[in-house]
Amino acid sequence: MTVPLTLLGLLEREPSHGYDLKRDYDLYFGRGKPLPFGQVYSTLSRLARDGKVNAAETEPGAGPDRKRYVITDQGVTELETWLREPVEPEPHLQTVLFAKVVLALMSGRSAPDYLDTQRAAHLQRMRELTELKRTGSTIDALLADHGLFHLEADLRWIELTAARLDALAKAVTS
Amino acid sequence: MTGAPLVEARTVALSFGPTPALRGVDVAIAPGELLAVMGPSGSGKSTLLHCLAGILVPDSGEIHFAGHRIDNAGENRRSALRREHFGFVFQFGQLVPELTAEENVALPLLLNGVARTEAIGRARDWLDRLDLDGLERRRSGELSGGEAQRVAVARGFVAEPQVLFADEPTGSLDSLTGENVMELLSTAARTHGTTVVLVTHDARVAAYADREIIVRDGRVTTPAWVA
Repeated sequence: MTVPLTLLGLLEREPSHGYDLKRDYDLYFGRGKPLPFGQVYSTLSRLARDGKVNAAETEPGAGPDRKRYVITDQGVTELETWLREPVEPEPHLQTVLFAKVVLALMSGRSAPDYLDTQRAAHLQRMRELTELKRTGSTIDALLADHGLFHLEADLRWIELTAARLDALAKAVTS
Repeated sequence: MTGAPLVEARTVALSFGPTPALRGVDVAIAPGELLAVMGPSGSGKSTLLHCLAGILVPDSGEIHFAGHRIDNAGENRRSALRREHFGFVFQFGQLVPELTAEENVALPLLLNGVARTEAIGRARDWLDRLDLDGLERRRSGELSGGEAQRVAVARGFVAEPQVLFADEPTGSLDSLTGENVMELLSTAARTHGTTVVLVTHDARVAAYADREIIVRDGRVTTPAWVA
């Protein structure tokens, strides 16, 4: 649900064409996943329908890119509300990692092997992100840091779980 | 690994009194490789580093460096080996407080018999590379934690060792300063082809290495899956 709100945020700077919005979205937020033009215009249409943007005067020429979009007061209010709210923290006990460890223990498979494997995969990803941080722009570095901290948190959980496997095995197999 | 390892432990075991610290560790480190040795506190990772560096002698097993067995060499030979071929960086820089930054960095060269003028010149060169120019005459008490640790890294590299052994080199620093030290350390190592054995419990630090091994209860665990 962040694409419409992100586009609202970009529009708040200045009225813009769809093309400019897509360019800036891809530059700051796309990161390997550019926003398709179709999604830009369908999102802008919905925002216009809901009164959060106005399609300003149509300029001469053909095609959807002739329209300039302007954020409305309602759009600004919605953007402000969204920017003030924290993101819902993920429910940590229902992650795939936890499910795999428990299922391994329940089925008599090796949970330590799984955790070692997962640790290696996490560290490999951390190496990739560290390289991106070393060689990329400041924006790349900040996004890489976000990923690194999350992976680090998972790794801490992996270490702690590895140390508590006996107790966990008793809890899930009794 | 392609080619012969530069540093190798073969079935290395070592106990401190009744307490086993290493229980048959095998590890092979390629020339120019940055290896992270990870594991919980007390797992044996620092003991492994000390064995690989010829500081500790294992009870059994072998340590090889550049194709030569070193665990059965006498203390004098191992000491010469450390001075001439190995560099060290520890958690707390362990700078000599009476000496200036440049004198601290020059120390390994002076111990190797390099003339003072040349040693100080090379020390200044390394201080420059680690963004410490202007701090040459400061004593360790006049340096921030990050600066002192970078001086320690410069000292580790100044004699152009084949292997740099780093034991929790960022352990006493905040994360941003620690990353700055790791960035400089890893860049210097890659530029000079220095092999690095990096002991750390911090995954963000280990992520600067080419690969990691995990030491747990004195054994190295190797995952079945490798990316």
